[in-house]
Amino acid sequence: MTLKSLRMRTTLSALAIILLTISTFSSLAVGAGQEFPVPPPPFTEGIFPCSNCHASMEVNRKKRELKEEHTKIRMHHAETMRWCLDCHDAKNRDKLRLYNGELVNFTESHRLCGECHGNLYRDWRAGIHGKRTGYFMGTGKRTYLLCAHCHDPHEPKFKLIVPEPPPFRPTDRRNVK
Amino acid sequence: MSNKNYTRREFIRNLSVTALAGLSLPLLSSCSREEAEDFLQKHFLEMTEEEKERVIAKLEQRYLEQYGRKFQISTQEALPETLWGYGLELSRCVGCRRCVYACANENNTSRYARQLHWIRVLRLKRGNLINLEDSEHYYAPETVPEKGFIYLPVQCQHCQNPPCVKACPIHATWQEPDGIVVVDYNWCIGCRYCIAACPYKGRVFNWAEPNLPKDEVNPNVHYLGNRPRMKCAVEKCTFCIQRVRAGRYPACVEACPTGARKFGNLLDPKSEIRYIIERKRVFRLREDLNTESRFYYFFES
Repeated sequence: MTLKSLRMRTTLSALAIILLTISTFSSLAVGAGQEFPVPPPPFTEGIFPCSNCHASMEVNRKKRELKEEHTKIRMHHAETMRWCLDCHDAKNRDKLRLYNGELVNFTESHRLCGECHGNLYRDWRAGIHGKRTGYFMGTGKRTYLLCAHCHDPHEPKFKLIVPEPPPFRPTDRRNVK
Repeated sequence: MSNKNYTRREFIRNLSVTALAGLSLPLLSSCSREEAEDFLQKHFLEMTEEEKERVIAKLEQRYLEQYGRKFQISTQEALPETLWGYGLELSRCVGCRRCVYACANENNTSRYARQLHWIRVLRLKRGNLINLEDSEHYYAPETVPEKGFIYLPVQCQHCQNPPCVKACPIHATWQEPDGIVVVDYNWCIGCRYCIAACPYKGRVFNWAEPNLPKDEVNPNVHYLGNRPRMKCAVEKCTFCIQRVRAGRYPACVEACPTGARKFGNLLDPKSEIRYIIERKRVFRLREDLNTESRFYYFFES
């Protein structure tokens, strides 16, 4: 074996290792040729993978009120027209389902949201809607939040929050020595 | 005994030499060598690399004694081909003030007696966007956003035509090549002309020695940005110069829970800020004053 091919093989294996580490530590969601480094989706603890329970259950497609499980989910997202299985796949509960039947991971849930909310999806992909943190330039780590990190997909309206305290007035005791 | 007559010229010369020596005596005798060095320190733009290094070493030593932390003081210059611009979406701001406190923590501002903030969140009645005099920034409801109000955060707008820079009598504040308006805190004499000149109330003054608790110090600082200040220095938002010159979002952008704050390079056609300017309904505060600010407010279109 020549020295050159040996060197090439080492670089290739190094590259493979780097790629593997990247894929394990940050879930890179891919859509329309653009990469979105998103943190893990905000699941309730212990709820994922859904197939843990659902695999052994029979699929019931009837729209109904859930009384035993998922009772905390309040559906307030065009609820008159929507039902769990419009977004969650009936056969593979660990995946979401697009209109065309394509199954996507929860890390790519933005593709599902984007099917109805096209304008917002366009802005999100450009980094205008939603939030990005970390490095916007160079090789530093960056994180893009998924739609579901800010909006509960079942009840997407933004909740009221408690504000930080107001600044001290000039006459405030804490502002005077 | 010589009866030498002094000429008028000699007399004036001797008198002025004596006066100069007499006046400089208190300067050289009543203060330590370090204080004299501080007093004679050059303007930041006129320092050589060697002088900068010496000043940085001195400051790092001083901060170590004062705050018990090892500081990293950067003097990084503006990156080539950059001109920073800021975007803020008013339809998403909920007035929670997370940005205000994230800024204070990042930028080592005085916490009490007096408390200094670089961001001021104004609350305006719906329908009153222009009369900023009617705004309120001490609002304290239980939850935000409140019905019938909108929120307008204001900080240094990093104008292309900054009135504060024009007002400074000693050039202690200037615009960097990447558009950031900075202050050399050591050169500042505390005359506060710039505060009077700024139409955005973007600058604040250290009326006393700043109170910065040791455990709240951020030791990653820039000489022209968030290094701890001293009494009588004017300070202001620097777009987190220590972060953005390393390619990182400013602290307020990262803190905003609604993602209303956007930041980017105006010279890069693919940047977020250019996307906003090209596609959204943008405006700048007090455009009529010809400040040409680089802080773009916008609405969801």
